[in-house]
Amino acid sequence: MRHDNRFDPYNPDRPLQMRCACGQHASAEEHLSAEAALTELKRRSETAEFEAYSNDFIEASLVKALFPQDALRRRFLRAVGKGTAMAAIGSVLPIASLQAMAQEKGALEKRELKIGFIPITCATPLIMAHPLGFYSKQGLDVQVVKTAGWALIRDKMLNKEYDATHFLSPMPLAISLGLGATATPMNVATIQNTNGQAITLHVKHKDKRDPKDWKGFKFAVPFEYSMHNFLLRYYVAEAGLDPDRDIQIRVVPPPEMVANLRAGNIDGYLGPDPFNQRAVFEEVGFIHLLTKELWNGHPCCAFGTSTEFIQKNPNTFAALYRAVLTSAAMAREARNRELIAKVIAPQAYLNQPETVLTQVLTGKFADGLGNVKTVPDRADFDPIPWQSMAVWMLTQMKRWGYVKGEVNYKQIAEKVFLLTDAKKQMKALDMKVPDGAYPKITVMGKVFDPEKAEAYVNGFAIKRSPTA
Amino acid sequence: MNASRSLSLRAGLLSALILLLVLAVWHVATLSSTPVAAAAPALTPEQIEYAKLMGKDPAAGGAPAEKSGFPTLAQMGQTIAKHLSQPFYDNGPNDKGIAVQLGYSLARVGLGYLLAALVAIPLGFVIGMSPLVYRALDPFIQVLKPISPLAWMPLALYTIKDSSISGIFVIFICSVWPMLINTAFGVASVRREWLNVARTLEVTPLRRAFEVILPAAAPTILTGMRISMGIAWLVIVAAEMLVGGTGIGYFVWNEWNNLSLPNVIFAILMIGIVGMLLDLMFARLQKAVTYVD
Repeated sequence: MRHDNRFDPYNPDRPLQMRCACGQHASAEEHLSAEAALTELKRRSETAEFEAYSNDFIEASLVKALFPQDALRRRFLRAVGKGTAMAAIGSVLPIASLQAMAQEKGALEKRELKIGFIPITCATPLIMAHPLGFYSKQGLDVQVVKTAGWALIRDKMLNKEYDATHFLSPMPLAISLGLGATATPMNVATIQNTNGQAITLHVKHKDKRDPKDWKGFKFAVPFEYSMHNFLLRYYVAEAGLDPDRDIQIRVVPPPEMVANLRAGNIDGYLGPDPFNQRAVFEEVGFIHLLTKELWNGHPCCAFGTSTEFIQKNPNTFAALYRAVLTSAAMAREARNRELIAKVIAPQAYLNQPETVLTQVLTGKFADGLGNVKTVPDRADFDPIPWQSMAVWMLTQMKRWGYVKGEVNYKQIAEKVFLLTDAKKQMKALDMKVPDGAYPKITVMGKVFDPEKAEAYVNGFAIKRSPTA
Repeated sequence: MNASRSLSLRAGLLSALILLLVLAVWHVATLSSTPVAAAAPALTPEQIEYAKLMGKDPAAGGAPAEKSGFPTLAQMGQTIAKHLSQPFYDNGPNDKGIAVQLGYSLARVGLGYLLAALVAIPLGFVIGMSPLVYRALDPFIQVLKPISPLAWMPLALYTIKDSSISGIFVIFICSVWPMLINTAFGVASVRREWLNVARTLEVTPLRRAFEVILPAAAPTILTGMRISMGIAWLVIVAAEMLVGGTGIGYFVWNEWNNLSLPNVIFAILMIGIVGMLLDLMFARLQKAVTYVD
């Protein structure tokens, strides 16, 4: 008997099937390689080194979120001392998994959770936390459920079918404001991914790289209240086109974007990955630009839930938060990306060709024009929900007429993007509240000052005037 | 007898011939799109790398995997064999075998349809027996009948606040009308003489309903039920594509999400076959209750 028989017919623990045992892969070999990727990632996540790194990461994310300017952080720490600061942060933020808390968790109010996701690479941390066991490590029994569209995500959150979910980051703002939904307070706990989108055009537009030539084009975005919509509008408006009059923007689910592009129904889209890379893979489109070139580090999707859920289940929420943050810590490490692509490619998760996902996550990709590009930060997973991001989104909602009248930018941002609570409670504890969570943002070379949001909105040449 | 046997034999032969023809056209049409194993000389390393990223490894020689072009017959055969070899596997909430998915769909259809029958048949009886109720309800039926299932879906999701119950509700609301209308029609057109005979014999209304009207109207009622079943099976695929989760409609959506045409075609085939079986079942039932005057 040979020892290298890869089907292992004499192994009592393995079902002998000429295809793989789980039914997910075409061959036993493929199954083994996927399993190996999972085992390797699990091993990496179980090293003391990673645990320390991930704890540090969570803590640092938290502290950084509270003190965006380092000088301020140091001043604050010097003023109150390390212990007090830790206690203060620990007592106010539900994440509060400062290392001590990671050991003594509160009793979970709810163990069985349902989390929705849309099968795009933005959902990476949320999804991979499942096969890697990060949820179960927190004592949670989580089902990650693939969902057919963003409107359904909204409805299932409102119906309480999902306990928490993958959101487009402007969605919790929109739902909280009652735009396109009954107003229900929602929260963004972390940003799921930063960068990671692109503008894809049909191959026949290879020579139309200047957006000024795009008059009459038809574009698709995945949802109204999405960064995709806001960034596309911003980009074409900077080129002097009115996104409501000179081009047409439709809401189309991402897989249909590729099919519509092939059929010539649309000229391009600003969509989530892997569907930009998928269009290249299918030889119907090319990547015009990565959204990272518009705003490096922009948020796209978020992880969030309803305010009610957090208030009813603070410990469960904290555990969930820790699991997702651990996952983000893992996903941020470049060396893990190739293995992650393998783990999330099967049918149960993204259901995409692995090579497409690898290109998106590693940033070494074919651009559809014959070039191989290397952009390591094509997609990133920086979890901090800066409130300035929320304010920027609100300015764009105001700019394009999604919200009308007076907008109290900061108040809404602080209500929805979760750093707020911390500040409120610090005030209650009679602590000096750090000014922050509002770092400045640069979009297409123009600096956005969240303190002057209204002036920013009024400063655009192309916008919907309030009466129009 | 002999003639009818030879007819069915000939018809069967013709069917097989048409099928072969369709398959042959399919084969020829997809043949040209399969790439010729092009000689790949003089490719720069960068071009080779690019080709690999595009899923076309020049060294491996042809066979670009998992592209979403129209499948060849061989690929289609593989897909069918793959799905049918493991119809019952269950890998968590997002990945289940085809039989499991069909099971979910059939369960939803069954439940929604049963509810529709429970409402439509008694109500149809009442409408059929009373011209007044018929006149009164007719405008509502006429307005509600032509509404598309997908138009009900958002309303159902919003009010019922549960996606699987919404799916069942949509089946219910779409399959209730043919049954209702046919039952009413069947009951209303029971022969006058029979009713008159029943009246002269002073039969109780309940007995009249069950022993005179029901058998007389049964063929029409079953026609309505058969049409409704067809509609219910049409509706479930659309509803599940919209709501997702489980079922054959979700399977189609999920494979569409992966732009995998072979799997979508396979699902279409399964939907057709199951629909046909359901229809055959009702055809049998219909035969059982039909009588000759």
